[in-house]
Amino acid sequence: MKVSELEALLDGRWVHAGGREQEVSAGFTSDLLSDVMANAPENSVLVTIQAHKNTVAVAGLAGIVTLVICSNRPVPDDMRAAAEQEGLGILTTALNQFETSGRLYRRLHAE
Amino acid sequence: MKRQNVIPLSTDEAPPIIVELVYQMKIKDVMTTEVVTAAKHDTLRSVQQLMRARSISGVPIVEGRRLVGIVSVDDVLTALDNGYIDDEIQDHMSRNVIVLEEDMPLSFAIQYYEKYSYGRFPVLGRNRMLSGIITSRDIIVALLIRLDREFEKLERQLGKRPLELHGTLRQQFATRRYDFEHAGRASTEIKKILKERSVDTKTVRRATVAAYELEMNQVLHSLGGTISLQLSAAAITIQADDIGPGINDVDDALQEGYSTATEWIRSLGFGAGMGLPNARRVADEFRIHSSSQGTHAMATIYLQEGHGEGIGTGSAS
Repeated sequence: MKVSELEALLDGRWVHAGGREQEVSAGFTSDLLSDVMANAPENSVLVTIQAHKNTVAVAGLAGIVTLVICSNRPVPDDMRAAAEQEGLGILTTALNQFETSGRLYRRLHAE
Repeated sequence: MKRQNVIPLSTDEAPPIIVELVYQMKIKDVMTTEVVTAAKHDTLRSVQQLMRARSISGVPIVEGRRLVGIVSVDDVLTALDNGYIDDEIQDHMSRNVIVLEEDMPLSFAIQYYEKYSYGRFPVLGRNRMLSGIITSRDIIVALLIRLDREFEKLERQLGKRPLELHGTLRQQFATRRYDFEHAGRASTEIKKILKERSVDTKTVRRATVAAYELEMNQVLHSLGGTISLQLSAAAITIQADDIGPGINDVDDALQEGYSTATEWIRSLGFGAGMGLPNARRVADEFRIHSSSQGTHAMATIYLQEGHGEGIGTGSAS
């Protein structure tokens, strides 16, 4: 699926819409950055509640395309600025990690 | 008016060794602990006499050890001009005192001199009681003494540095304790360098994981250190050297889930006890040695075929 489809799928709102035309092939859900670093697949969507700048650094290093911040956690300005610089998207949603992952999983595995 | 007390030293952009120093050194290492003070019922004239006798330009006003105000040489001059030099201090002292705390890094004091045009800052210790006073002179003297020592150390090291091998690239990055602002920069640079040199994606990922975990380990647990990349035709080596305080039990630290991280570090998604195990897992060779003087870790990833097969990052499909 395309990054741009995430907004509707997750009832989300783009904090920074980066790489909208990119293809997403997998998802990964975790709030532990070392876990993300070690195990998140490339070209994936990261589902997390860690709304801070270091998450963007990890995502960039791990080759993640877009971050979905759950439970409407507020995204600080320096995090958005870092995402712009890295060319990553950040979407926030009111859904929690479980609900977000469920919708993503269904959608990705329907393909 | 020209600001006289600004210390012309950038706490972000100075050479790394200086930036490291101003973050490492604490206010309490630099401040004067014998503080000349007065009480609020003393007269401004007694402060004037104190200033002259002790050659100082500012006197904190205390009740016991509690700071309640400050009188500067400017306040005394104004009192002389306006004829109220025999009044009690409490009628004329500044009550909104800008203070530092003794456990803050020295960089705070340097930044305060940029922000405020005061000549000195009282320092509070435990229980917010007055524990010292810091002037720009204290800072400059302390920095010079430390720099002198650092330069001596550097000169000794320069003599020992081995010649660079032909075709080997070396790059070094500094890390600082709790500097989350710049955390990940070394690994991001290392990833970029490896990509530019067309190292294959899987290998880049493994090297990036090792670099990131070793870097974060320094930011979270050490007093600061360096991450070095060495790239030859045969291998990528990521080396991490910090200045302490060392890992109590290296075998424990290499077990998944073992962590000494504090609550607030964990709340940021760090400190899950996966860092060092991750770094070791992605490396073909991993060595670590730790003492109270510092921790030294080295992760090597082979570039030539036939080495390191079957070692994935967990994401390898």
